[in-house]
Amino acid sequence: MDQRSELMHTLFGRLSWEAVPLHEPILLITFIVTAILGMSLLGYISYARKWSYLYHEWFCSIDHKKIGMMYIVLGLVMLLRGFADAIMMRMQQAMSFGDSVGYLPPHHYDQIFTAHGVIMIFFVAMPLVTGLMNYVVPLQIGARDVAFPFLNNFSFWMTAAGAVLVMMSLFVGEFARTGWLAYPPLSGPAYSPDVGVDYYIWSLQIAGVGTLLSGVNLLATIIKMRAPGMGLMKMPIFTWTALCTNVLIVAAFPVLTAVLVLLSLDRYAGMNFFSNDFGGNAMMYVNLIWIWGHPEVYILILPVFGVFSEVVSTFSGKRLFGYASMVYATVVITILSYLVWLHHFFTMGSGASVNSFFGITTMIISIPTGAKMFNWLFTMYRGRIRFEVPMLWTMGFMFTFVIGGMTGVLLAVPPADFVLHNSLFLVAHFHNVIIGGVVFGVFAGINFWFPKATGFKLDPFWGKVSFWFWLSGFWFAFMPLYVLGLMGVTRRLSHFEDPSLQIWFQIAAFGALLILFGIIAMLVQIVVSIRNREALRDHTGDPWNGRTLEWSTSSPPPAYNFAFTPNVHEQDAWWDMKARGSQRPTAGFIPIHMPKNTAAGLVLAGIAMICGFALIWHIWWLAGVSFACLIGGAIYHSFNYDRDFHIPADEVRVVENQRSRQLALQA
Amino acid sequence: MFVRVLRKVLLLTLATLMAGCNAVVLHPFGDIAIQQRNLVVASTVLMLLVIVPVIVLTFVFAWRYRQSNTEAVYEPDWHHSTALELIIWSAPLLIVIALGALTWIGTHTLDPYRPLDRIDASRPVTADMKPLKVQVVALDWKWLFIYPDYGVATVNELAAPVDVPINFQITASTVMNSFYIPALAGQIYAMPGMETRLHAVINQAGDYEGFSANYSGAGFSGMRFRFKGMSGDDFDRWVARVKVGGSALQRDAYMQLEKPSEREPVHYFATATAGLYDKILNMCVDPSKMCMSDMMKIDAKGGLGMESVYNISRLAYDKPRRRDQAAISTPRREYVTALCASDPEVVLSSVVVPAPSEVSARFAP
Amino acid sequence: MSADEAISYYDMKGEHHPENGTMLGFWLYLMSDCLVFAVLFAMYGVLGGNYAAGPGPKELFELPVVAVNTSMLLFSSITYGFAMLEMARNRKSATLSWLAITGLFGAAFVGLELHEFAHLISEGAVPQRSAFLSSFFTLVGTHGLHVSFGIVWLVTLMVQVGKGGLTVENRRRLSCLSLFWHFLDVVWIGVFTFVYLMGVLR
Repeated sequence: MDQRSELMHTLFGRLSWEAVPLHEPILLITFIVTAILGMSLLGYISYARKWSYLYHEWFCSIDHKKIGMMYIVLGLVMLLRGFADAIMMRMQQAMSFGDSVGYLPPHHYDQIFTAHGVIMIFFVAMPLVTGLMNYVVPLQIGARDVAFPFLNNFSFWMTAAGAVLVMMSLFVGEFARTGWLAYPPLSGPAYSPDVGVDYYIWSLQIAGVGTLLSGVNLLATIIKMRAPGMGLMKMPIFTWTALCTNVLIVAAFPVLTAVLVLLSLDRYAGMNFFSNDFGGNAMMYVNLIWIWGHPEVYILILPVFGVFSEVVSTFSGKRLFGYASMVYATVVITILSYLVWLHHFFTMGSGASVNSFFGITTMIISIPTGAKMFNWLFTMYRGRIRFEVPMLWTMGFMFTFVIGGMTGVLLAVPPADFVLHNSLFLVAHFHNVIIGGVVFGVFAGINFWFPKATGFKLDPFWGKVSFWFWLSGFWFAFMPLYVLGLMGVTRRLSHFEDPSLQIWFQIAAFGALLILFGIIAMLVQIVVSIRNREALRDHTGDPWNGRTLEWSTSSPPPAYNFAFTPNVHEQDAWWDMKARGSQRPTAGFIPIHMPKNTAAGLVLAGIAMICGFALIWHIWWLAGVSFACLIGGAIYHSFNYDRDFHIPADEVRVVENQRSRQLALQA
Repeated sequence: MFVRVLRKVLLLTLATLMAGCNAVVLHPFGDIAIQQRNLVVASTVLMLLVIVPVIVLTFVFAWRYRQSNTEAVYEPDWHHSTALELIIWSAPLLIVIALGALTWIGTHTLDPYRPLDRIDASRPVTADMKPLKVQVVALDWKWLFIYPDYGVATVNELAAPVDVPINFQITASTVMNSFYIPALAGQIYAMPGMETRLHAVINQAGDYEGFSANYSGAGFSGMRFRFKGMSGDDFDRWVARVKVGGSALQRDAYMQLEKPSEREPVHYFATATAGLYDKILNMCVDPSKMCMSDMMKIDAKGGLGMESVYNISRLAYDKPRRRDQAAISTPRREYVTALCASDPEVVLSSVVVPAPSEVSARFAP
Repeated sequence: MSADEAISYYDMKGEHHPENGTMLGFWLYLMSDCLVFAVLFAMYGVLGGNYAAGPGPKELFELPVVAVNTSMLLFSSITYGFAMLEMARNRKSATLSWLAITGLFGAAFVGLELHEFAHLISEGAVPQRSAFLSSFFTLVGTHGLHVSFGIVWLVTLMVQVGKGGLTVENRRRLSCLSLFWHFLDVVWIGVFTFVYLMGVLR
């Protein structure tokens, strides 16, 4: 080793020009396209002179509404990346038979299925769900913001920093080739010595901090900041599901953090937690990661159960059937979700009694879930159902999700799992519940609350186009996988021998194409809606004849949400207020106490990202410096006591008078 | 476009009909897999009892209570009915009770660790039936099968006589895999340094597919083998062929075989050193390594104390198998290599202890 | 009936001030941190006997040192309690003095722990030696890291109290640190019992 390379190694760690995949045409083209799109976006922002606006009004904003919307934008952008991975996998599997090896070598294909899983769960589903909760929960409980507004901004930027790290792995180095849960020993230092697993670890750790803090934040918000009169059993059902979800987040994510720390110690410090030798035990990793992983499933699905409840009762023009049993069902699911983790590895050699126990607890979860399903059904019963786009997604969900639920319970029967575990049947099952549940639910929620957030509805025509493409695409893409699973085809294969399977993969690829159209239709829907916003404008603040407090304020709501905190007397507070003809106060405004915007969250998360990058590439000096900056920055921020201000009564009056005029025009 | 969609739909229907014939999970040829299939079908039917009404009701209610149907009853404040709530909670509960009972019984009778008590639905296992023992090792990325009773071994080809119970002992060399022959029986993980078990029987002669069902790295897609069910005579002839045609599987040959390779053709080994599987399981085929079973015995007695603190080269297993050529960046450490005996063979021969109960992957919470 | 008129739908006077959620939020964070320790304890429980034919707790642990160490942390909890009492009496300089003493006890604890680690490592009992040592160093080290962060936080707060006095914000922060500090104390009781005492008895 000459001196120069020694110096380079100190300065750049493992990072060198070889890490940039100039030799892989697919990645190169992706990079060029991304770069062009990115540059044109940046160029447009500069051209429109929006940088200052974006920075001050959005990036530094601690308004829960803006943060919620940024979460959703992040989720949708990452959906495009995750879906690109999906369609590449579908193409590879549809092509790679017999002598043809497809167009993706295992080295690349294995990164894609890992990245697809990680991105879809952590950087699509989580931000979308967190975004909805962030936006809606404070409005539904009549609060002016969350309990810790600054922390909220910081959480968002930590999630975004994790997403940036994952995206970086596309062009600098590589991502993990281990599957989305990175089981050791495969993910250990010996069998995955490259940077892929390190990208995995640090992107999840950084995003995980954000998720955990946002869980603490929303939990404190729901417990402490409800409007006067809103007892627990008068909370809107979406807020209930958000409460349970955040309990799950706070109780599950630390386990993920800890288990990833242990894996990093194995990788970075040569410790022996999950190694084959020196007394390590890889089965501990599998157990621990699923102790996080199974609650994670319910972290995603519970809030969308809440969305469906709100949508069904709003569009049936009817009070939710069985509110109390809905709440109990949610709580039961929350508790049981911690007692089922072993069903992810019945085949790891547990005894029959242990397997049966976890199989049966899993089935028990289907009881409250089934009760929820019936509650939605009987909410529709004797209603007046309007088939607006959110309701369509809900109908699609009810039809699709029961199938996924059924195959899920089937997989919970251990002997059945022995023949279906890790097969494409399993893949079909969890896509069935995640697309049919989480994705449909988030889209229902976005269509439902979009007018609240922006002041105009989303275009219904393109919404319906998108819905039908997604629904049919889903069925085309995943029903063949159920069949393939029953034909004994396992997952994560990049090449097949048996030509009789090919037709099924081709049908699945066709389904993925339909979903692509669904995604395009959704983008078109957003663009068209922004163009036609005047025609789609909602001046009332209550476009769907809603039932809960978020519909009582203007669309979009003012920064302070409510000029006067509402007093709650009934379950569906806004419905009750409308029914009893409560009058919106138009005078007597008082100054409102609000938190100030700050750049601290953005800066700290940026430093955390640099620290993560340095750790991934073993650039130790940079890791040390950035970590010191992180601590120093946090301390520096703690010296800032000037964190809030009052919106003067006059300003409130101006905003509220404008709303009064709008409402008068409508009437 | 429309024509293409239509064609796909037609193909789909056709293919669904055809799938009944080659969906091996639904049409297996081994008694265990058949019972597992029966459980899949029974559970599905049980659940359809509640799923079908839900789907039908969804559409009926959606249609009947649509906004334009002003004739339907509209009760905006109706939100509770104790009788309905009871049904809502008890219907799934009843199904789960039935399913839970099925699960408990099925899981115990089909426990892969439990020796078989029947060949198929009509024939019990009798005392004079001698089960076939097969030791399975998942290597990077191929399968090694050792037949201890015959002293032979094969790579990527497994054969067994029809209607004879097979007892598998399963382990792996580096990372987790899953041993799965859909026609024969459900899968079980193959894990390094640990042993899992599977008991199964094949009821019909044939050439079936086996593979790894748990992703294990770059060569995973090619990690397939053939499983051949044969009549007793054919099996004997097959064993004879293996004995004639193959080389010997000793330590050195195994160390060579263990190195990562993809899409390995079928190999036969005419002889396999006795006790090799135990050394693989205990990660001490390399004579300079300490066997896991010994290490665990020492640990159970409280370790070897400070004298052995630098004695690590005899234990390192993962690092020598590192999957790239890059230099290992951990600091150099000094250690004592010899501790108990100068001749590693002596140590090895004195401590060949098959200790499946200790090393077994059984999870005891 | 004028009941409907009596019902007020808006809090017109701004009387409703949401309760401050900081203590609850911080307590929730501590519970999540508690789960991190739970995982580390579980790891130690499973791997604690895997010495990889190397040294075990009997050869490695020096209970007298650990006992001194433990008393340092316990004393620091008591002195933190005194600091909180002085804060309640609104006596700034007394509060600061007790905080300083707490910090010194904490630093002594961390120092002794580092000394113990250095000694183990110099003897060759490095975390890489066995799964037992990996889980030992990680569990004890994570606790030590928490105490170190606690000290940094304590010094920061002392500066802030020194500059701004016992304001509402600073009182809240002192209460949070108090929760944190006592929480670490409780965790250490677990470490001391399960790792050291039971390790030597094993």
